[in-house]
Amino acid sequence: MSDKQKQASAYWKENVKYLFILLAIWFLVSYGAGILFKDAMDSIKIGGFKLGFWFAQQGSIYVFVILIFVYVRLMNKLDKKYGYDE
Amino acid sequence: MSVQIWTYLLVGITFALYIGIAIWSRAGSTRDFYVAGGGVSPLANGMATAADWMSAASFISMAGIIAFAGYDGSVYLMGWTGGYVLLALLLAPYLRKFGKFTVPDFIGDRYYSKTARIVAVICALIVSFTYVAGQMRGVGVVFSRFLEVDINTGVIIGMVIVLFYAVLGGMKGITYTQVAQYCVLIFAFMVPAIFISIQMTGNPIPQLGMGSKLADGSGTYLMDKLDGLSTELGFNAYTNGSKSMADVFAITLALMVGTAGLPHVIVRFFTVKRVKDARKSAGLALLLIAILYTTAPAVSVFARTNMINTVNNMEYSSMPEWFTKWETTGLFQFDDKNKDGKIQYVADKSTNELYVDPDSMVLANPEIANLPAWVIALVAAGGLAAALSTAAGLLLVISSSVSHDLIKKVFKPNISDKGELWAARLAATVAVVIAGYFGINPPGFVAAVVALAFGLAAASFFPAIVLGIFYKKMNKEGAIAGMVTGTLLMLFYMTKFKFDWFGGGTPEDWWFGISPEGFGSIAMVVNFIVSIVVMKFTPPPPENVQEIVEDIRIPSGSGEASGH
Repeated sequence: MSDKQKQASAYWKENVKYLFILLAIWFLVSYGAGILFKDAMDSIKIGGFKLGFWFAQQGSIYVFVILIFVYVRLMNKLDKKYGYDE
Repeated sequence: MSVQIWTYLLVGITFALYIGIAIWSRAGSTRDFYVAGGGVSPLANGMATAADWMSAASFISMAGIIAFAGYDGSVYLMGWTGGYVLLALLLAPYLRKFGKFTVPDFIGDRYYSKTARIVAVICALIVSFTYVAGQMRGVGVVFSRFLEVDINTGVIIGMVIVLFYAVLGGMKGITYTQVAQYCVLIFAFMVPAIFISIQMTGNPIPQLGMGSKLADGSGTYLMDKLDGLSTELGFNAYTNGSKSMADVFAITLALMVGTAGLPHVIVRFFTVKRVKDARKSAGLALLLIAILYTTAPAVSVFARTNMINTVNNMEYSSMPEWFTKWETTGLFQFDDKNKDGKIQYVADKSTNELYVDPDSMVLANPEIANLPAWVIALVAAGGLAAALSTAAGLLLVISSSVSHDLIKKVFKPNISDKGELWAARLAATVAVVIAGYFGINPPGFVAAVVALAFGLAAASFFPAIVLGIFYKKMNKEGAIAGMVTGTLLMLFYMTKFKFDWFGGGTPEDWWFGISPEGFGSIAMVVNFIVSIVVMKFTPPPPENVQEIVEDIRIPSGSGEASGH
């Protein structure tokens, strides 16, 4: 394997690792907090919001937005590290 | 000034704006027409994507549906936003790097097969047509209620406007008009929400107002009040749903994956300069979408509470003017079953006297809350912006599928750039006419068909694209087998339970308790499995295709999107 290919596959590995972590959070806030554990979360109340309901209708969406911007930052850094930025 | 004059004024100004932008940014080449010349800034693309995505369904229907479905409505909120995470992380950067015009382009090249390309074109056309008919209908509803013209005239006016700027401007015209439409629709959605939030809870931020105490000094939280009202009238508590957990899970997943697989959304990421911009633009798009999507559930809570308080147990004769106007559109229906002259609004179907179509909630909400005339007119202009922007984006997918993927790539490869541009314009015209026909004569199954569009996108495109990027060894046999099985399975399930084909069935017969709306997620999993199994028994993809895959994983050197 040439250096160029090695570099490409190392970059790809790190990229995939980021994806796994970010998608795990994506799953937890929506399917976890908003659906599977909704009833348990609902026993906690913040202001007028039951927490599980809040995650299903508000919280998960905020986290989605944050996740994409975190991804953008991570990838920009990763691109620089491997000299792929332009 | 009356609501009607305000509406004419605001709708007139916004339409003139859209047409002005279309003339200023008309397309000169196929590159302009398909991908806006490839030089759109991430922010402009984010706004255009957001307007493209937020359709009449998001603007007019969604908050209304949630108002009646309560917690069950969460599937739309999570489903239609969570898909952007998948899109940003799994698809957009790589498809941008791949650098072609359309989704069938990717499928056709990655799977080195004309058959795969044609299968993808057919899926793109089915998905887009079903969707666009719904938009035209939305335009018709707004026109008929607020400008008091015939619903069909409304559809025709909408057709002419969309035709004008989609055909003239292509992707370039559409992109810059959508930027303007985003501004109009978000302003139109937020203003009444903020007004009503202050009115009901004293909090100017609707997202917080939803969880605040009522402004009437009773010290009760709004949500508790609504839960109480709902159970009192025999409905489920607002914060609890009636759907099973498995079904909520499946529908959310199908909508998320379907969102990520919708061709008119994916194609937007071909218009930016670099891979970096594609990622950023997905983030900006979701941020701009989230403004509306986090406000919508608040609007639902306000609207439902206000509606119950305004109509339940009130004298029919004391209803305000807007009530009768909605009655004439058929979206409100009152039937005084016990002849006491009062409106009883309860869960029990045999004694309930009021039918309210969810589609009327967002439009009626400012009137129910007695907001000023200009706010009501603004909502009408916003609804039109939402419907027109989405319709235009879909028409572009239809026209490029026909002119680029079929005529140029399959039937007549030596067509000139100019000829292709004209073919694209002609295809867009034909598509508008067909969409308008369905807007005027809506098939009785619009809602079913829109759910089908998402299920199909989830069951057909998503696995093929993801495997194409993340699984180098995936070959054409696997991908085609997967797409065909996924699509057919989805069609079978939908037609069986929605149209009573293949023996029909009731909800008790649903597989794993999953409704047709959520079945796209099952069909998607089946697609993945079939693809991988078939791949194991068939020859690997050629060397040069594996090199393409390696290349799209590296963000640098993306160049410009091209058709060659």
